[in-house]
Amino acid sequence: MHCVDPGESFTTWRAAARGLVARDVPPAEVIWEAPVTSLFESAPVLAPPVGRGGAPAVPPAFVELAQTVACHADTRRWALLYRLLWRIVKGGERRLMEIASDADVAMARMLAKNVRREIHKMHAFVRFRKIGEAEDGRERFVAWFEPDHYIVEAGAPFFRKRFANMDWSIFTPKGCAHWIAEEFQLTPGVMRNPCDDPDVMEGIWRTYYRSIFNPARLKLKAMQSEMPKRYWKNLPEADLIEELSRQSSGRSQAMIETPLREVKRAPVNAYLDHLRERSAPVEVPEDPADVADLSLTDVNRMVHACRHCPLWEHATGAVTGDGPDNARIMIVGEQPGDREDLEGRPFTGPAGKLLDQALAEAGLDRSGIYVTNAVKHFKWTPRGKLRLHQKPAAGEIEACKPWLLAELSRVAPEIVILLGGTAAGSLLGSGVKVTRHRGVVAAPHVASRVILTVHPSYLLRVDELRKESEYRQFVADLKLAAGGS
Amino acid sequence: MDLDQKLSILADAAKYDASCASSGATKRDSLGGTGVGSTGGAGICHSYAPDGRCISLLKILLTNRCLYDCHYCINRRSSNVRRAAFTAEEAVRLTLDFYKRNYIEGLFLSSGIIRSADHTMEQVVNVARTLREVHDFRGYIHLKTIPEASPELIEQAARYADRISINLELPTQQGLDRLAPEKNLGRTKQAMGRIRVKLDDAADRKRGGDRKLRHATGQSTQVIVGADPSTDADFLARSDELYRAYRLRRVYYSAFSPIPEPSSILPPAAPPLMREHRLYQADWLMRYYGFSTSEILTPENPNLDLHLDPKLAWALRNRHEFPLDLQTASRDQMLRIPGLGVKNVDRLLGIRRLTLLRLADLARLRISLPKVRPFIIVADHHPAREGLDTDRLLARLAPKPVQLDLFGHALR
Repeated sequence: MHCVDPGESFTTWRAAARGLVARDVPPAEVIWEAPVTSLFESAPVLAPPVGRGGAPAVPPAFVELAQTVACHADTRRWALLYRLLWRIVKGGERRLMEIASDADVAMARMLAKNVRREIHKMHAFVRFRKIGEAEDGRERFVAWFEPDHYIVEAGAPFFRKRFANMDWSIFTPKGCAHWIAEEFQLTPGVMRNPCDDPDVMEGIWRTYYRSIFNPARLKLKAMQSEMPKRYWKNLPEADLIEELSRQSSGRSQAMIETPLREVKRAPVNAYLDHLRERSAPVEVPEDPADVADLSLTDVNRMVHACRHCPLWEHATGAVTGDGPDNARIMIVGEQPGDREDLEGRPFTGPAGKLLDQALAEAGLDRSGIYVTNAVKHFKWTPRGKLRLHQKPAAGEIEACKPWLLAELSRVAPEIVILLGGTAAGSLLGSGVKVTRHRGVVAAPHVASRVILTVHPSYLLRVDELRKESEYRQFVADLKLAAGGS
Repeated sequence: MDLDQKLSILADAAKYDASCASSGATKRDSLGGTGVGSTGGAGICHSYAPDGRCISLLKILLTNRCLYDCHYCINRRSSNVRRAAFTAEEAVRLTLDFYKRNYIEGLFLSSGIIRSADHTMEQVVNVARTLREVHDFRGYIHLKTIPEASPELIEQAARYADRISINLELPTQQGLDRLAPEKNLGRTKQAMGRIRVKLDDAADRKRGGDRKLRHATGQSTQVIVGADPSTDADFLARSDELYRAYRLRRVYYSAFSPIPEPSSILPPAAPPLMREHRLYQADWLMRYYGFSTSEILTPENPNLDLHLDPKLAWALRNRHEFPLDLQTASRDQMLRIPGLGVKNVDRLLGIRRLTLLRLADLARLRISLPKVRPFIIVADHHPAREGLDTDRLLARLAPKPVQLDLFGHALR
């Protein structure tokens, strides 16, 4: 039988464990504590010098887990870790760490979880008290914390990063950490809090704690599962818990019994007037003929309020036309996409970028063109986490048509470029097909020159081989609008 | 009025906002700076109030004076509460003093609407700017914004904050019209859309190597449950839309809470807190378990069952899908087994490649056997199909019936 006392240090345990493995000592023959009597004949094993090559190779997952488990206060942890090490190195269970449901692995993971939780609680529940300032103006803080496990070393880097520009010390019975004048130091534990004068901010913190509690929702069990009682004695706010809980039912009863208050009239206020104006309902005529006399601004206001089809419901808002209202050229697309819906402007997404590029190549300046869509709301269907574009139905195109016609009559462009089937269908009727009638089409009721071409999103979808030639063709179509200017 | 009194008024005024999380910020720390602060991936709860809710941030209003008259809100203009206002300097000092003592992860700043949306936003942004630029504060900042504020101000807020949010409060415009006449669903959605575009652009720039850029990483919202007749289906449909369209990090569901100074058009009593809990569970199923809203709720039953968690309720409605063999089922299928969470599903997927799964394995992973047993097959457990088809299953899994109280107010 071998007796080894690694103390509380992972490094000591690792050295000893390496030595034992190297000498083929099975787990059953090791007792991980200091020999108390001379009953056992063998002396404590000191790690034999093991070179780098001599150390048994173990998966990184084991080292990581073992380092965490080593911080646990349970005295059985060293034996558990040695058993795991033995099974991995000598037992041929190379992938043991991946079997979270193995009894030893599950146990080790549970200990590690306790340790991680306690580190987390240290980060949460350490309460600094200000005790003064150094000569150079650095503020000096101290804290007292009582962890169950040996976590000070593992928990301290967090404070170093967070409070790099203050001086602080955290005292605990299981080790102390200090960051003073940008020097980090660990010292042995102390048995009692070396500084128990309260900090002036503690009173204000207690005021906050008292005020942020909602007496109508008392849930003490939920609180205690996250903030167990053993931490309470070092939390300045914890002694309020009892009082707040006791008063809660009376306070919520009083709220329920308060006589109801009448709704007051709104005060006279310019900003509220402005809001009311923005929220005022807009009458949208059922008959398209009724929009004939309205200005483009009025038409657009109605488009935003339009409920002629259900598309408005799940869109962010209507996307109306963009560009000078006396533009010589008008471009009509299908409907806004995801990005257009978010920004409220037509052709700002990937298809819009491509359109801009093609316009520039065709010698056209987008800023002088009125750009709009046949359908004003984004139609989409859920797919995974996304909103997937969906083709508008005939009824939806029809419902939007009065708005498009109103835009067309207000802008009265000389040239109209129709992008894709939806725009063509809306203004030219369903008999016109992009594939067959591409180029200049005769449609004097629309504009003196009407050009039909593909929608740029088609160019984004088309297969790589045809992409370049399709794009060229698209630019050529746009050029039909460039001539004669 | 002294600082302590102001804090008691302005923290009280902020406590009905459910969000408190400090997670999801870009990692940073105070090394190499002049101030304090760090943010990691996960948030830290520094304390818990007796209402079971975590205290992670200094959650305050800059002022509780407000022009709006939202009936569910203690701070509405017709309420008779005491009013107070912090100066920017006071809010900054409190944040820093609390932060240096490790009481908080940062600041959650909201405000009543005073004068105008832009004026209010300027005040709020000013606090965040002072913290960041004057004091080199690197902790967490969450700013509440107003949809009507100008896009430039919201953009500034996003530059100083880690998270920005706009509270939707009620899922339908009809509800808002009645209870919050100044609020507008369309304008809120438009503001969320603009924020998403900015967040996307910032994320792109970050990915493109712009390390200096500091910008919020997400937006969230809150809805109030039980203040109007909206059903759970109304809430979940709206949430689903918000997650998809605006990439919200979280939708917080806050059960309407009785407030001092109640308004006459509010329901007389608070909804059961369980309803809020069920909505969170359902929301979780949509975001992490691949459930669609139509699987969780049906037009015939637009509200979640208060007695059964939504996943178990779904499984009981879809018994034909079970039992599933844990050795061969796909991840998506396993995620639908009541009692199995994402973590355990992923663990089981790893383990089953190396060994046969048995009930004892599940027990050691701390999976609740009574809960999962009827739905699974493992090497030493083959439940009879008939067992799944009986109503006894429901009786076994549902919580024990509670005796009705004398006046017949059964739990809804």
